[in-house]
Amino acid sequence: MILLWIALLPLFGVLVPLLCSQRSRLFTTWATAAAPAIALGLTLSQAGTVLQHQTLRYTLSWLPSLQLDYALRLDGLALLFVCLVLGIGLLVILYASYYLSEQDSMPRFYACFMLFMAAMLGVVMANNLILLWISWEITSISSFLLISYWWQKSEARKGARMALTVTAAGGLALLAGLLLIGHMVGSYSLDVVLQHGDLIRNHPLYTLTLCLILLGAFTKSAQFPFHFWLPHAMSAPTPVSAYLHSATMVKAGIFLLVRLYPVLAGTDQWYSIVSLAGMCTLLLGAYFALFQHDLKGLLAYSTLSHLGLIVLLLSIGSPASTVAALFHIINHAIFKASLFMAAGIIDHETGSRDMRRLNGLWKYMPYTATLAMVAALSMAGVPLLNGFLSKEMFFAETLNQSILGSLSWLVPVLATLAGVFSVAYSLRFIHDVFFNGEPIGLSKTPHEPPRYMKLPVEILVGLCLLVGIFPEFMVQPILDAASAAVLQDQVPSYSLAIWHGFNFPLLMSLVAMAGGVLVYTQRRHLFRFQHQFEAVDAKREFERLIQLSVRRANVFSRWLENDSLQRYLLLMLLALLVLLGSSLRELHPLSGGRSLLPLDPVTLCAGLVLILSAIATVVVNRQRMLSLLFLSVTGLMVSLLFARFAAPDLALTQLVVEVVSIILLMLALFFLPYKTPRNAAAPRNLLRDSAIALVLGALVGSLCFALLSRPFDSISSFFMAKSKTDGGGNNVVNVILVDFRGFDTLGEITVLGIAALGIFRLLEHLRLFKPSADGEGRLWARQRDSVILNVIAQGILPLALLVSVYIFLRGHNNPGGGFIAGLITSVGIILQYIAHGVSWLKPRMRLNYALMIASGVTIACLTGLGSLWWDRPFLTSWFDHFHLPLIGDVELASAMAFDLGVYLTVVGATLMMLANLGKLTTAHRPQYEEMQ
Amino acid sequence: MEILYACCVGFLTACGVFLVLRERTFPVVLGLTLLSYAVNLFLFASGRLTEAAAPILGAGDSHTDPLPQALVLTAIVIGFAMTAFVVILAMRARADLGVDHVDGRLPDDTPGAQPTRQKDAKK
Repeated sequence: MILLWIALLPLFGVLVPLLCSQRSRLFTTWATAAAPAIALGLTLSQAGTVLQHQTLRYTLSWLPSLQLDYALRLDGLALLFVCLVLGIGLLVILYASYYLSEQDSMPRFYACFMLFMAAMLGVVMANNLILLWISWEITSISSFLLISYWWQKSEARKGARMALTVTAAGGLALLAGLLLIGHMVGSYSLDVVLQHGDLIRNHPLYTLTLCLILLGAFTKSAQFPFHFWLPHAMSAPTPVSAYLHSATMVKAGIFLLVRLYPVLAGTDQWYSIVSLAGMCTLLLGAYFALFQHDLKGLLAYSTLSHLGLIVLLLSIGSPASTVAALFHIINHAIFKASLFMAAGIIDHETGSRDMRRLNGLWKYMPYTATLAMVAALSMAGVPLLNGFLSKEMFFAETLNQSILGSLSWLVPVLATLAGVFSVAYSLRFIHDVFFNGEPIGLSKTPHEPPRYMKLPVEILVGLCLLVGIFPEFMVQPILDAASAAVLQDQVPSYSLAIWHGFNFPLLMSLVAMAGGVLVYTQRRHLFRFQHQFEAVDAKREFERLIQLSVRRANVFSRWLENDSLQRYLLLMLLALLVLLGSSLRELHPLSGGRSLLPLDPVTLCAGLVLILSAIATVVVNRQRMLSLLFLSVTGLMVSLLFARFAAPDLALTQLVVEVVSIILLMLALFFLPYKTPRNAAAPRNLLRDSAIALVLGALVGSLCFALLSRPFDSISSFFMAKSKTDGGGNNVVNVILVDFRGFDTLGEITVLGIAALGIFRLLEHLRLFKPSADGEGRLWARQRDSVILNVIAQGILPLALLVSVYIFLRGHNNPGGGFIAGLITSVGIILQYIAHGVSWLKPRMRLNYALMIASGVTIACLTGLGSLWWDRPFLTSWFDHFHLPLIGDVELASAMAFDLGVYLTVVGATLMMLANLGKLTTAHRPQYEEMQ
Repeated sequence: MEILYACCVGFLTACGVFLVLRERTFPVVLGLTLLSYAVNLFLFASGRLTEAAAPILGAGDSHTDPLPQALVLTAIVIGFAMTAFVVILAMRARADLGVDHVDGRLPDDTPGAQPTRQKDAKK
């Protein structure tokens, strides 16, 4: 539970600065610092247990179906990072309150900062890979917000976008890698994954997984060749750089490598990829740091170099090198954060970060200068400071490795070379800024910063000294615990002593220091040499790449999405064809062995008529009226097929729907052209479309045959058995509709109602051209009423109503039901419209169709809800038999009420569609003159 | 019998697909109707073809499968609602856009087609 609080307190802390927006800056600072301070206190209260090499866990089920738990763990490694994240975070909060100017929005800064802190805690404490990834992505997003804090500046926006693009792309690769691990192990829980190192290393997908995860880690930790974003992220406010780019975010990638070290490390691929990236970054960073004129740029490249150093240590893969890596993580975080803060102070008090202008600041701010110099010396690896210890361990480890095979002797040489440059740039930081003449053209006269702005730097520099002088006392316990967590209790014996006697590592250190001094004093030659090369502006290159990909993507999507529905449909059908075709190929043999029914001549005739009329519909499709007539023949044949195969309900429904829809289509045709015009590109398209149509038809036909010829086992026996006892009806189809699957039917009548309302809306204010002649140029008859039709229609209406009542009532036990009855009623009423016209019918039949739909759906719903009254599930039906005098035995079922709802909705919806469309034909009868 | 039935479904699908791919709205609506016939028959086929009696208790010794029938029944009605909606949409599109092409504009290579931009400018 305490773990949960540690992880969540900073998250709640996001709200604190936002709520303090009206308060003073000091208050905001302290209020914001409260949550991480409490969290740090809680962490330290647990530290005792964790330092005994125990792992604390907390699991909260989140999305069990995705194996995603809110699972936290606090082992030595997590404790180390939690302390770094919270401890340095607190110092940065204090520092930032002095750094930010009056114009900068403090709540916004702190909110983003706390979000980042919470996400970072999520990364280091996650005990579930997916949770880790989610937190990882939140760090990317919140770091974007932090880097672009001064969004008015173009470089801040660009730098932030670059950082986000690179790290988020790496995050996606990481997700793929983590999913692969989950796939191999069968669990996303870190506890389980860490137990299965051998399984993962020997898995055929190992190399792919490793590459994906390394992509994630290297982009985050700015390893070569993804190092370019980090120097550009320096456009962020300095507190952000001090936090993100020294202690936390760039360490997240390294944390991931360390966290997954037990499962991924120790293979040839690991050695070669990781050591190469680490080595390149180490040298590149150290070399280029020397040439930066921007104070923060120097620190950024130096950070690259130190990250490369840690990665190189991890790649060596011996237990001692891992300990050294962990130790350097701590040391680097401490001295780099203090250096960034010092650089921020200098920037703040002088208004410049350009080392060509900043000179001789010792005179103006001796106290800050001392602090910065101690930290810089630690960065250079001078004895009695913490940087010296881990650098010494690093040199020792480079002597004990064989990662490059017979060329392994290169590693210590290159490491020493990197050491030379790191001493040189540290010297530059000290000498160029604090000595070396007088400041040039500064806008302010430099002076010491406010008292408490120095405090965080003091604390960190104090730590540098303490760790450097009393390493065993200061870091041994946590380093032991963290190493135990990584190495799974195979901690090697190592010594944190300052003095190991005269040995090779010490010699390397001395060479590095002497070489560094030499390089720095002779730097003019190096600068001249470096000046020959044209500087590659990573930002511009990156922008160019992004622009290029955006253009390509635009071209591609314009090609794919050309606004032609016809083409989209074609592509979708082609995709369907491929999918269906490829899966049908595996269905062999096509026939499933079920005994086939014999063919009888009547069905054969009907089938042939169906096929021929369908083909005729296509052939004459330019003459729309004719085509529509053939379509109606097809529909009738479908209805007959249903009747033939013992589906009377379907046959009835199909028949009535056919009538209604043909009337509807005819009405629509009145407003549409009677003929389809020819198209210039027609022949080629016709051929293509026919080919697709035929192939797809063949595929669907084969699939249908494959289905029909296979034996099957249906769940319908349940419905057959329960229909009478539970549903109270003999017509199983109807009972399924109104009872077993009543919820579906409720949904469907709702859809029907919505469609009708949609049509109503579409027809509103519809301005149509109303032709006064048909396609052949013959005028429509002006005589509106046909006496014969009038008489017949009037006579048929009561009959139709009677039939529909009959069909409705018998529906539960015999073919029929609400759907069919509703359609029959509609047809009867539509006939009145056809015969008499809207204007005649309107005063005589006052039906509000919208009301009918609404009441239909409401009745159906209420019937369903009624069963809740008796503590039954929604839509449970009830029925009983009553004996009425004269009429006899009568069955009453709640399903009847439900069916009434269906009936009303169907009638309302159908009539709403047709009557409203029909109204258009009569509203303003066009005159003959208008056609001329 | 099964072969005939499968042929019917296949031809309905083929004719429906061909019409759906036309460029004017009305044939597309007809094509959709044909496709919905095909789909309904296909769904119905999942209950297999038998000589058994209709799924009404007491009508015979063995019954056909009622479940596909119930599914298809609602599918027919919904299919009707969809057809109606699409055809009205087509009318509305013709009224608003002045053309009954499914893309809402005539392709640029059609004789008599106005360039799209001019038309937009006029509106």
